[in-house]
Amino acid sequence: MRTPPSLLSLTVESALHNLCNISDLSPLPDHILLDLFLRTLQAGKLTEKVLKLFLATGNDKVLSLIEALNIQHILTPVLPTTNIEDNEVDIVIAALHSDLTSFMIEWKPVFSRFHLIIVKDPDLSEELQIPEGFNLDVYTKSDIDRVVGSSTSILFSGYSCRYFGYLISQKKYIISVDDDCIPARDSSGALVDIIAQHADNLKTPATPFFFNTIYDPYRKGADFVRGYPFSLRSGVACALSCGLWLNLADYDAPTQALKPGQRNTRYVDAVLTVPARAMMPVSGINIAFNRELVGPALIPALKLAGEGKLRWETVEDIWSGMCVKVICDHLGLGVKSGLPYVWRNERGNAIDSLKKEWEGVKLMEEVVPFFQSVRLPQSAIKAEDCVVEMAKSVKEQLGQSDPMFARAAEAMVEWVKLWKAVRSSQLST
Amino acid sequence: MAAIEASSHAPTPLLKDELDIVIPTIRNLDFLEMWRPFFEPYHLIIVQDGDPSKIIKVPDGFDYELYNRNDINRILGPKASCISFKDSACRCFGYMVSKKKYIFTIDDDCFVAKDPSGRSINALEQHIKNLLCPSTPHFFNTLYDPFREGADFVRGYPFSLREGAKTAVSHGLWLNIPDYDAPTQLVKPLERNTRYVDAVLTIPKGTLFPMCGMNLAFDRELIGPAMYFGLMGDGQPIGRYDDMWAGWCIKVICDHLGLGVKTGLPYIWHSKASNPFVNLKKEYKGIFWQEEIIPFFQSAVLPKDCTSVQNCYLELSKQVKEKLAKVDPYFDKLADAMVTWIEAWDELNSGGASDKLPNGKA
Repeated sequence: MRTPPSLLSLTVESALHNLCNISDLSPLPDHILLDLFLRTLQAGKLTEKVLKLFLATGNDKVLSLIEALNIQHILTPVLPTTNIEDNEVDIVIAALHSDLTSFMIEWKPVFSRFHLIIVKDPDLSEELQIPEGFNLDVYTKSDIDRVVGSSTSILFSGYSCRYFGYLISQKKYIISVDDDCIPARDSSGALVDIIAQHADNLKTPATPFFFNTIYDPYRKGADFVRGYPFSLRSGVACALSCGLWLNLADYDAPTQALKPGQRNTRYVDAVLTVPARAMMPVSGINIAFNRELVGPALIPALKLAGEGKLRWETVEDIWSGMCVKVICDHLGLGVKSGLPYVWRNERGNAIDSLKKEWEGVKLMEEVVPFFQSVRLPQSAIKAEDCVVEMAKSVKEQLGQSDPMFARAAEAMVEWVKLWKAVRSSQLST
Repeated sequence: MAAIEASSHAPTPLLKDELDIVIPTIRNLDFLEMWRPFFEPYHLIIVQDGDPSKIIKVPDGFDYELYNRNDINRILGPKASCISFKDSACRCFGYMVSKKKYIFTIDDDCFVAKDPSGRSINALEQHIKNLLCPSTPHFFNTLYDPFREGADFVRGYPFSLREGAKTAVSHGLWLNIPDYDAPTQLVKPLERNTRYVDAVLTIPKGTLFPMCGMNLAFDRELIGPAMYFGLMGDGQPIGRYDDMWAGWCIKVICDHLGLGVKTGLPYIWHSKASNPFVNLKKEYKGIFWQEEIIPFFQSAVLPKDCTSVQNCYLELSKQVKEKLAKVDPYFDKLADAMVTWIEAWDELNSGGASDKLPNGKA
């Protein structure tokens, strides 16, 4: 007759199976603790959490076993971006400051795998300071002049210099952040890998035709809710991914001036598709897009007369974003907004900028009705054709009210010409 | 910038004499015990679904009125035909008989949830905040509700649109058992919604959404007559589309009248997973009909002279009869029921100035 198991061994077995529910092992007598530890190892149930439990008991025998077996804590690394190939991405950085050292060092864990295109603001006179250890190409005024001609290079000053990076890139995805941003941390304290998140946003479908109330249905742990039409569940390709900012949010100068102490501390754990026909302010501070789908539609067209080197002194991205959204809606492509977050640092004085940006603020009032009603012809099936059509409408409908719009329309047409020229020269080399 | 800055720092008003809580139930109201600290100041309207001879026990200390099928028949007479039998859709009777400005409706298997810091969420308070602050349906704000504390309109948001629109509906969400349809439930029976998304946002004009009636609040004066939950349950070919139907109707009407619909916070804890096989039977026809219904609502246009909710709703019912009756004769019945509902609403709510007033710009 087999000896039945002892009560003690049954108890230890039971403890082993319920380890995840135990928060404190110190009440256990030493010999039982050791037995449990050995069985835990045997059963392969030693996790980080369980190891901490055993360590906390301070039991000599257990501690010496841990040392003898060389059991070590796992350091939590920034998880490598596994969902995207290195050769699919270009990271485009507009350098509005000459010293990029701390910026690059902060972003190293996230950027180091990828190729970077750094475009120096043609108006910046100092030499760029860039640390070692990156795979990058730097473009300056002379490069811009060479590629586009010095008369057209006016398009690429200030924040708009990044569009030069978009122009010459040959990768499928572009991710771009302002040079005053550093990686953010999520609510668990982990570093936010914006490349992985933007890639995820761009590679999973968007759902612009019907709103899903629990946001992105393709995220882990989510799905389409009851009542979401089945025929719309395959979604459409996502062309643009708009990220957000912690600390200094992208407010305009009047808002920032009136609330100088306001900081964005709310981490909203969501990605959502901005519905078709809904207009939105696309911020260039933290943005990614599928260059093959909509590259030509991100346009350096609108320059304020007093445009400056602070974000709230420009609306180039807002104009570009309004155009891109109309074009995406027309082409049946999606635009997502939400994660990932970056951490945006302090810069400049909002009150000083108020005067300059007021012009930009007024401008938005005029263009909203235009963007609400503009329709592109069915024949425009590619992004570049859409831009040309939009330029026509801008010239006709807005060109009369302000020469700035007439200039923007011309710049849009110029841009498409440039895009096509650069494309064909890349293909022939 | 956000015009209602001051009120976002002041405590949220209780509105205890201006808000009714409508609860449909067939089992019991034990769940109210957990909600007591938040619900006790309010008047409850309990709509008893199912067998009217069963006594529903309401926990002590709550001020309530209770209606069962017999009451509904007595009060509405022949018009009672528009109120569903044996389905939680009957809750809309509660909206009709309420005399208050605001309604909060909740299912009897929904409990108090906790936010990530471990604090119990006062769902009602958040709904009130949502309803009292403007919505932004005409332009999407990437930082979500600009009227929330710590948020604002982002750069590029037109100043002329920063006053926002009146909020007609506040659609809350749920943690734990997700509100999935039967096919999704069958494929993912163990999935739980554990993601707390700390946002309230306005659903843009022109966009439809699936409105869940589990955790919902609305301004009865602004949109009440459009909150009809349709013909479901006993004797009907379809179930679990009551809130969906109301959601599509109210969104079209809100878009037409320039009112806003918010979604997001607050979360409640949804405890009971319904039987997916039972659900599949109820939803089956709806899954196919949906494909016709959605394009109908997406393209529905209301004439400019429809300036009251009732007129908008009656116009919608005409269009349902014209365009959806060919999908199934059910829609013919439903269109008639929509008209009956408005007649009943106006009868019960006449005497006040609330019924035929225009509700804002078309």
